[in-house]
Amino acid sequence: MTAETRALGRLLLSPAVGLLFVWMIVPLAMTIYFSTLRYNLLNPGMEQFIGLENYIYFLSDPAFLASLQNTLVLVGSVLLITVVLGTLIALLLDQVVIGRSIVRLMVIAPFFVMPTVSALVWKNLLMHPVSGLLSYIATSLGLTPIDWFADMPLLAIILIVAWQWLPFATLILLTALQSLDEEQREAAEMDGAGAFSTFFYVTLPHLARPITVVILIETIFLLTVFAEIFVTTGGGPGLATTNIAFLIYAQALIQYDVGSASAGGMVAVVIANIVAFFLVRIVGRNLEA
Amino acid sequence: MARRVSPARIAVATVAAWIVGFVIFFPILWMILASFKTELEAFAIPPSFLFFHWTIENYETVQGRSDYIHHALNSLVVAGGSTLIAMLIAIPAAWSMAFAPSKRTKDTLLWMLSTKMMPPVGVLVPIYLIYRTFSLLDTLGGLILVLCLGNLPIVIWMLFTYFKEIPKDILEAARMDGATVRRELIYVLTPMAVPGIASTLLLNFILAWNEAFWTLNLSSSDAAPLTVFIASYSSPEGLFWAKLSAASTMAIAPILVLGWFSQRQLVRGLTFGAVK
Repeated sequence: MTAETRALGRLLLSPAVGLLFVWMIVPLAMTIYFSTLRYNLLNPGMEQFIGLENYIYFLSDPAFLASLQNTLVLVGSVLLITVVLGTLIALLLDQVVIGRSIVRLMVIAPFFVMPTVSALVWKNLLMHPVSGLLSYIATSLGLTPIDWFADMPLLAIILIVAWQWLPFATLILLTALQSLDEEQREAAEMDGAGAFSTFFYVTLPHLARPITVVILIETIFLLTVFAEIFVTTGGGPGLATTNIAFLIYAQALIQYDVGSASAGGMVAVVIANIVAFFLVRIVGRNLEA
Repeated sequence: MARRVSPARIAVATVAAWIVGFVIFFPILWMILASFKTELEAFAIPPSFLFFHWTIENYETVQGRSDYIHHALNSLVVAGGSTLIAMLIAIPAAWSMAFAPSKRTKDTLLWMLSTKMMPPVGVLVPIYLIYRTFSLLDTLGGLILVLCLGNLPIVIWMLFTYFKEIPKDILEAARMDGATVRRELIYVLTPMAVPGIASTLLLNFILAWNEAFWTLNLSSSDAAPLTVFIASYSSPEGLFWAKLSAASTMAIAPILVLGWFSQRQLVRGLTFGAVK
């Protein structure tokens, strides 16, 4: 490679690097700075340095613990549902199925629905306590219909978000399954391995890495679920469906408490970074291969 | 060599797969059906599945309100604009890392990936205040800027994984034949890069069209895209189900079609090349 090419390479790369650097550093530096101030947009001009007080206030606020718990329950449940169901559906679609491409289209469709649409369609058309389809089905079966958003709001949100992310897990695991060597599986079967041992000793180890990738990428997005909560419950009733992202939003743009919201923002950045650390390592290892 | 599969097994798998597909797709189907009902029928118990009075009245109403068109155009401008600008910045960068890699290329790529890991809510406060100061709130330019920067890492990564697959031997062969850099770009590289560029464009457009954190927080009316417009149906209880369904159907239909074309690229783009 000539020196000329190298210089051209640097020149072409620099706008992207520069922009991303500014995009990352400036807001982050401002968030850190604001997080050390007593700063409320309702009292402009009264900013004052208070050190770590915002962090103490944010972390000891009962709302933080409640929202941390909701965040973990939401992320954990959606991961469990999407990975388990996604694996099963991917195994099913990997079989010889008549009209598989149409079935696959139906399965991935929810991923392309904008979050505000899926949330409102589920909330109204399906989960409404009187006129929703689920309540009609429950009544027809002689069961008591569930008032989803009053009685189990977090579960309702979990179901909506899991429905949106199930296609993603399914599609990735299906792609991975299709790359599993057919001969490898046949060899296992010829050696007398049954369907279950083939699954546990051949298929599952092959899926380990794609499943890890699904878990990490979904976690990144699920940690900041926002629109689904914003249009259905507004974080309520009480704090029942407030996750960390929504709590920070509420402190920033409803209570205008810039200082506390910034401290919360830093907490969110730290949590996301722990996940990102592992994802970047896995992707980086792949880059060398 | 294909597996020999018994007809019974095919039948069972086919029935099971179609049931699963139908159940997963059902909420969308139910919404599309509701969009052709009258408001009373959409809310009625027991619900009617197919034998209702089909009407396109809701579509006429929603489209008749000039604001639907206004928000749809905003979606188009924001998603299209942010995608095009991101491509303009990303293509040279991805080209550079794929064809003129240096010792730092791997670190640069991983660093770019890590910027995508930053939760948007972590920088909501400063972005909101910067936008307020520079009067960028509720402007198309403001939304284009934030979505462009937010998706830039994914765009660069996707392009990079495509460009890296273009065999370098071809470039060398062209160079041996005396091709100049410009000719090499036009006649050798571009035709091989076009499919990758097209899929990246498509996926990024979809992501930008459906983005619902920054659009909800930074726009309200003038620049509001469809995500925000649909959110405005959240307040009144049960009165506008059919119209909500019609507006939603129109909002997702174009993306659903584009998405179905881009399923393969979706896996690649969203896993940063870790699963192909």
